[in-house]
Amino acid sequence: MLKTFTKGGVHPAESKYSADSPIEKLPLPKTVSIPIAQHIGAPSKPLVKKGDKVKVGDVIAESAGFVSANIHSSVSGTVTKIDNVLDSTGYRKPCIIIDVEEDEWNKDIDRSTDLKKEISLMDKEIIQRINQAGIVGLGGATFPSHVKLSVPEGKKIDVLIINGVECEPYLTSDHRLMLEKAEEMLVGIQILMKALSVNRAIIGIENNKQDALEHLAGLIKNYPGIEVQALKVKYPQGGEKQLIKALINREVPSGGLPLDVGAVVHNVGTAYAVYEAIQKNKPLFERVVTVTGQSVKKPSNFMVRIGTPVADLIEAAGGLPEDAGKVINGGPMMGKALNSLDVPVIKGTSGILILPEKMAARKPESNCIRCAKCVSVCPQGLEPYLLNKLTQLEKNDILEKDGVMDCIECGSCAFTCPAGLPLLDYIRLGKSRVSRIIRSRKQ
Amino acid sequence: MSTTILFTIISLSAIGAGAAIILYFVAQKFKVYEDPRIDQVEEALPAANCGGCGYPGCRGFAEALVKADDISDLYCPVGGNETMATVAKILGKEVEAKEPLVAVVRCSGSPEHRKQVNEYDGASSCAISSALYAGETNCQYGCLGLGDCVDVCDFDAIYMDEETGLPVVIDDNCTACGACVKACPNDIIELRKKNKKDRKIYVSCVNQDKGGIARKACKVACIGCGKCVKICPFDAITMENFLAYIDPNKCKLCRKCVTECPTGAILEINFPPRKVKEEKKDASKEKKTEVSDKKENDSSTQNK
Amino acid sequence: MNKLLTVSPSPHVYEDTTVKRLMFDVIIALLPALAFSIYFFGMGAIYVTLTAVVSCVAFEWLIQKYLLKQEPSVSDGSAILTGLLLAFNVPTNLPVWIIIIGSLVAIGIGKMSFGGLGNNPFNPALVGRVFLLISFPVQMTSWPVPNGFNTGYTDAVTGATPLGVMKEGIDKGDAVSDIMSQVPSHMEMFYGHMGGSMGEIAALALLIGFAYLLIRKVITWHIPVSIIATITVFTGILWLVNPESIADPLFHLLTGGVLLGAIYMATDYVTSPMSVKGMWVYGIGIGVITVLIRVFGAYPEGVSFAILIMNAFVPLINIYLKPKRFGEEVNNG
Repeated sequence: MLKTFTKGGVHPAESKYSADSPIEKLPLPKTVSIPIAQHIGAPSKPLVKKGDKVKVGDVIAESAGFVSANIHSSVSGTVTKIDNVLDSTGYRKPCIIIDVEEDEWNKDIDRSTDLKKEISLMDKEIIQRINQAGIVGLGGATFPSHVKLSVPEGKKIDVLIINGVECEPYLTSDHRLMLEKAEEMLVGIQILMKALSVNRAIIGIENNKQDALEHLAGLIKNYPGIEVQALKVKYPQGGEKQLIKALINREVPSGGLPLDVGAVVHNVGTAYAVYEAIQKNKPLFERVVTVTGQSVKKPSNFMVRIGTPVADLIEAAGGLPEDAGKVINGGPMMGKALNSLDVPVIKGTSGILILPEKMAARKPESNCIRCAKCVSVCPQGLEPYLLNKLTQLEKNDILEKDGVMDCIECGSCAFTCPAGLPLLDYIRLGKSRVSRIIRSRKQ
Repeated sequence: MSTTILFTIISLSAIGAGAAIILYFVAQKFKVYEDPRIDQVEEALPAANCGGCGYPGCRGFAEALVKADDISDLYCPVGGNETMATVAKILGKEVEAKEPLVAVVRCSGSPEHRKQVNEYDGASSCAISSALYAGETNCQYGCLGLGDCVDVCDFDAIYMDEETGLPVVIDDNCTACGACVKACPNDIIELRKKNKKDRKIYVSCVNQDKGGIARKACKVACIGCGKCVKICPFDAITMENFLAYIDPNKCKLCRKCVTECPTGAILEINFPPRKVKEEKKDASKEKKTEVSDKKENDSSTQNK
Repeated sequence: MNKLLTVSPSPHVYEDTTVKRLMFDVIIALLPALAFSIYFFGMGAIYVTLTAVVSCVAFEWLIQKYLLKQEPSVSDGSAILTGLLLAFNVPTNLPVWIIIIGSLVAIGIGKMSFGGLGNNPFNPALVGRVFLLISFPVQMTSWPVPNGFNTGYTDAVTGATPLGVMKEGIDKGDAVSDIMSQVPSHMEMFYGHMGGSMGEIAALALLIGFAYLLIRKVITWHIPVSIIATITVFTGILWLVNPESIADPLFHLLTGGVLLGAIYMATDYVTSPMSVKGMWVYGIGIGVITVLIRVFGAYPEGVSFAILIMNAFVPLINIYLKPKRFGEEVNNG
């Protein structure tokens, strides 16, 4: 019996077209636009101005507080301006725009590709280096990693959980990373274990990645303390609360964090970035991005420099298909539809999905028939039909009591609703209203 | 009469009388003393319960009025100055007559002026669309056209024009309660002075992008050129973030800025049409006066 | 790229289940029972079913188009389903005009007056059926004796149902073991060779439909199982105490509308609870009330009333019996 989370979940079609495409380096773009707000927390403060020359890996914006991150240049060239550019949030946001000239790297970065297993730094130094390298959660949440690793007084961590689940259909960047950079990733996990002072780590991988499971199972005997666990294929297994429940059977309390049950969760991509930052002194400025879709000519996984326009990736994957209806930054369940192809790739971009026209329109909407399918699939045990109605009626106090802030926005409810109701649209609106009320209460 | 019927009548009457007596004494004992003036004031209020005064319903407003020492800050937009004067008389307090206000939609971005560059397929709510992205055009500040303002109006004073996709305010019905102002996520609707003959002059744009970007997104956007600021004889126009704003309290409706504006972003409503000048500007103005003609029952617009 | 990109909030993919598919799946699940009924009751079954379905669809279309001034939504199949279920609840010799009145009440009062599909608190087919039962008690309790295609329609020979025979006998004071010789055997009742409405007779056909619904994931097992289990346990206890004053539990399950009610009427989405806990309470409630009416009440059959009574409790059940939230108890595993 494979482990899984017990409440709710849906089974969207996996469509992993790019699972067998090895990671390719994407050719350098002509210009990059690097947004100063690519992470949760305060936007970074730019350190460069128009006309400055930068090298790959130079710091171009600094962290603006504890919950914030440094941003490094992903190219070498000249800063042309700091201006508002349309990014994947759908709005124009401040970005540092750099004209690319050659590919000169900062001399502190070790460009050798041999595996370095010895970890010479101590735990506090590791966290500091991760902070300097601007590493944020690469699963898509972009939460600054050094914050997650700074365990507050009184909380005891006994296990590190590594998220190799990739439950979103179509995306395969984590899968390829686990196949091609397995040992580097395992060293990265050991570094994280040292930073947290834990001696147990579990990598959770969904059962549809048999090759990755076998490959890692073969390697972990050289890495004491790390286990690999296969999980049943069910969305949203990759949600951190669901992952913790499946792997170690602990439930993160409502409103709480994984810290409250003694666990810390990191994505495999983050573990790899940590390896590069600590062992090779390489800050975060590139990541693996999947480009996929039914009609994409060449579904691929690219190693992309942050700030590359999405149009470049689509070109490299065979060009925009004739019947392209929607272009999504991320997966089909939680990704964000883009309104332009010139938006830049950011630290949280795990994939670009192109849906054909016939899949782009929503189901026609009718009345709620109270079938309770949304209730049965909600992994958080909420009642989406009720939260939807309460938001429309603006009953914010009942919304809070009914747990709208527990919603992880996985989309299972709207995925399954036979009446095609835009459940998640309204639940998100309800969440934003309630969180505003909660914030004003704290002041 | 049989004994059954007689007995029934007597026993039921006795129970009824007993209950009435008990209820009377209980009502007296647990009576909540309320200032009788609250009822009187509530009578005078329009009973719309719209919340435009800032209080929960007309009863809530009546309580606040009776409690307050100075009621000059309290105002019922639906009842207006007449109602406030009546209330003042009941309470023996003073009020000043306030300028009547009306809701104004500050965007002219119809599909004719503002090109559509993508298709929105989410839930039909401006709040949801604006949380998601910048909208179906390249102007990220303009009207989203999904009608949150229309849904929230209690007085049938605003409707969505099918052709332009923009909301239109029916001045006669508008009570300036402020519900639509709060509902709009892009802060496009503003309460401005109603003026004689419902005349208005305002900048019908809230775009804060630099001139070039604004103009490319919408032909009638405010590009922040500043010509209106320079020409205004009353210093009523200010410029901030490439967007001009006409202060309704300073504006004397002289119409000079309307002719100066190169894109036609400043609108004059319910004025008599001008003598012929440049074609382009006249075209956009004539359209506006025509549209408002249809909505106005007043015969204030006369063709010379 | 010529066409504009579509932008909408996530999720961007959907299951292809629609309301129409769900309604038609229930109709398909009822087809075996319909087939058995036509086999046993002949033309009467066909007339009644056709009249009920056509009149329900017609009334819904007319009310939506002319009274409510909305787009008619009859294509979603829910009116057809209501008509079919209404037909399954009445005798096959019921005159056409009574059926039409039943449809009008079921659709007009039971569904449309509350706002259409999704807004009605009571099961519309049962509202129609109970209205007919109380308004036309004689016609609604003269059950044709099944005789294949020789049964005829309004001129059919009538007799009592096994439940009716049992109830009368017990009221008279006869011993149950004596009465059992006057009713069909358990096996006959399982296959449908007994008097009753179309939905009461063929237990086998109804169970086939149940399996279909479970496989297609149209309903979950909780409500039917809780109702059947409660009735079995309750009648079982009474039967063990005094086997001569009440029929055995299997008799109770195979007669009357228990299987039809448990599988098709109580599981109606709109009128049933939204959480598993709620469904159990709902099912147990229906079971208890059914047995109470059958054993201690005046009517031989209690399922329709039981379901309608529990429908009234469903809003309360939805408020107090909510699903367990993730993270409510902190588990340290």
